[in-house]
Amino acid sequence: MTAPFLEIQAIEKRWSHDVTVGPITLDIARGEILALLGPSGSGKTTMLRLLAGFETADAGRIAVANEDVTAVPPARRRFGMVFQHYALFPHLDVGDNVGFGLPKSPDRDARITAALGLVDLAGFARRKVHELSGGQQQRVSVARALAPEPRVLMLDEPLSNLDPALRERTRHELREVIKRVGITTVFVTHEQEEAFDLGDRIAVLNQGRLEQVGAPDVLYEHPANLFVATFVGRANVFRGNAARALGGNGKGILVARPERLRFSEAGLPGVVRERRYVGAAAFFLIESDDHQHFEVLAEPDAARVGQRVYVEATRVIAL
Amino acid sequence: MIRPRRSELAAAGLTLILAWVVIYPILVVGAAAADTAALGAFVMRPGEWAALWASVWISLVSVVLAAAIGIPLAFLFEWFDFPGRKTLGSLIALPVVLPPLVGVIAFLFLYGESGFIARAIQAALHLENAPWRLQGAAAILLVHAYSMYVYFYLFTRAGLAKLDVSMLEAAQALGADRRATLWRVIVPLLRPSLVGAAMLTFMTALGSFSAPYIFGGGFRVMTTQIVATKLNGDLPLAMVETVALAIVAVAGLLILRRTEGDDILVALGKGIAPRPRPIRRASVRWLAATLGWGLAVLLLLPHLTLALVSLVPYGAWTTEILPPVVNFDNYRRLFSEAERLRPMLNSLWMAAASTVVAVVLALAAGWLVVRQRVWLRRLIEGLLALPWALPGTVFAIALAITFGVHAPLQLRFVLVGTAAILPLAYLVRALPLTGRGILAAYRQLDPSLEEAAASLGAGRWRTLTRVTLPQLRPGLAAGASLAFVAALGDIVASIVLYTYETRPVSIEILSSLRIAETGVAAAFGVVLMLVSALVLGVGARR
Repeated sequence: MTAPFLEIQAIEKRWSHDVTVGPITLDIARGEILALLGPSGSGKTTMLRLLAGFETADAGRIAVANEDVTAVPPARRRFGMVFQHYALFPHLDVGDNVGFGLPKSPDRDARITAALGLVDLAGFARRKVHELSGGQQQRVSVARALAPEPRVLMLDEPLSNLDPALRERTRHELREVIKRVGITTVFVTHEQEEAFDLGDRIAVLNQGRLEQVGAPDVLYEHPANLFVATFVGRANVFRGNAARALGGNGKGILVARPERLRFSEAGLPGVVRERRYVGAAAFFLIESDDHQHFEVLAEPDAARVGQRVYVEATRVIAL
Repeated sequence: MIRPRRSELAAAGLTLILAWVVIYPILVVGAAAADTAALGAFVMRPGEWAALWASVWISLVSVVLAAAIGIPLAFLFEWFDFPGRKTLGSLIALPVVLPPLVGVIAFLFLYGESGFIARAIQAALHLENAPWRLQGAAAILLVHAYSMYVYFYLFTRAGLAKLDVSMLEAAQALGADRRATLWRVIVPLLRPSLVGAAMLTFMTALGSFSAPYIFGGGFRVMTTQIVATKLNGDLPLAMVETVALAIVAVAGLLILRRTEGDDILVALGKGIAPRPRPIRRASVRWLAATLGWGLAVLLLLPHLTLALVSLVPYGAWTTEILPPVVNFDNYRRLFSEAERLRPMLNSLWMAAASTVVAVVLALAAGWLVVRQRVWLRRLIEGLLALPWALPGTVFAIALAITFGVHAPLQLRFVLVGTAAILPLAYLVRALPLTGRGILAAYRQLDPSLEEAAASLGAGRWRTLTRVTLPQLRPGLAAGASLAFVAALGDIVASIVLYTYETRPVSIEILSSLRIAETGVAAAFGVVLMLVSALVLGVGARR
């Protein structure tokens, strides 16, 4: 592995006596896209703001390319930021927004044009910000953050203000732009799908602590703990007899994804309580004899509501 | 280790400055007043109690009259559509634009005993004397009702505009008829607006000086009583009177605030205001339009009279109904005679200086209170708002006392008689205006705009000038223009603190009136009116 480009060492922010974010240690490679994933209040936005310099850490250290930037103010940190609501300056036009971070120089206009071209908004420089659609505003804010050629790009819930239809397309365009520029990127999201789609690696945060860091498949197949197992993807949690019936040793907790369960001749017995049809397949909500509820993903006609079934697991995660 | 943040130190500094100009003079007067034999004199004299009582009841009746005119007008203009609604709707807010003194002298020229209307009636009926004398409590109340209904009108309209039409529909769907909807839904929702207007009217009426000064005659309210006592040289008694007026003001505010309730409309968020209903029946529509236009003419008449009087040269108009000669002599004299130009320039520079300082202090307060959320933020906000809660006369006397002696150890310096005292007095009165405008604008400013600027490499100065100030501009311009206009037309503080060298326009208007130079006084009034309207117009531009 190459030497880390962005190093976060035991960074910590104490909001109050019982609300603390960190200590968190995290290394990010050059050109990598890291997602900070967690529920609201998990401290992911605080982490991003610590990186940007908008909050000062109470302990710990942040370094970029071996330069300690912990005490460097945001204006001199050269970290680009895309804000959740974009924070475009309403009194400036698109070009002046994008050029805000650029020094006065002969090639300023050329750099504005290039940055707008990067996000497919060539020719929009003289438009007013409020004339743009939500998706266009989002792209302007990306262009504005990238124009001064920052060392790190940060995005705070970059897609949360777009309607769902637009979100997926924008996500792919965003990843393409970031990869084309090759910039090291950290972004915050509370949506697992977005984190998987956009991030090379994902850091899962919960209650101010880092639960696990890893590639999407690692988090999905090898979650480090129950929180990660249930927050990333759908998960059935089994305890006691039910866990034993699925092949556990009966001591710990067993986690199984719905698509890793199937109806069978023998195994964990239960009754189908509900069927949720999603097109290619259906989720069957099963109640086991000891009143544990779990989901099985199977062919749409695999079972009927009220039917007594047996369930076995093709793969389980023991925690 | 807890190191005091630099912003906390700055906040302490700002608090000290504000406390020194805003509350320290009041405390000095309070302490001095408690310590004199004048207290006994005040208590024993029936005249003092009469003036105090007059202040209270005049203010209360002013609130009632202003409400009686302003509220129905607001409903009419917000809910019904008729020809000329938009133009009229802004025209009838006009009296708020005028400096009080200008309004008062315009009234004098129109309705006074030698005014336009009295003369016309006198001539028409061949009367020996003027048909009435515009004097005493009734005259004061007339002027107050005329100038203060605007508060109720504007506040009620703003409250009505915030009403959610679905709330009214919900009431109807639940079986409430129009009457029930009005009393059980609309009025409770309007309460904060109405109380806000009542407070503003009460405070303005209590502090009103020009109307009682010009029309009061033998009828004294506390503000005119204080100035008269001060002019008589009885400083200790003036101090006691000042404290008494301040106590009444604070008590009035506290009582009114108890009735205010929470601003529930804000808590419920934005709704869609009901659209104005067109008046269907043609005859009613034309009646409404005629009444509206008639009202507008009635409201504009004083200003038109003022303009007319300003065009009549000295001594040319004696007993005729219409002036025999009309020309620009008075204006020519205004701008060519150094002694007349001087008060104009005085007022302009003193108003400008006080406004600039008030804006700078309010900007610092906005940054510290809203952005840095400093520990002293409540105190800073309170100090900025305090001058609004006390009549201008109170501050004028307090400043005169505090800055009339040399005692550096008590932070008291002789400023009375220098060019600094009037701008200082204007500054104190300007703080609530710039403070409210700029703090509100700061609260609406998305902090991520400033963060975005910082993340793009902009330092503090660049962020302030390129991002923060342009975004604050509407609130800042509104606050600054109100402050400037208030200082430009001020008479309350000026009459206590001016010297001949630093005399402002308002004082010059009074002395012109005293030597019967009505044309010049009117010309001054017109200039003041135009400059005020111009500044407010620029300030209100988006």
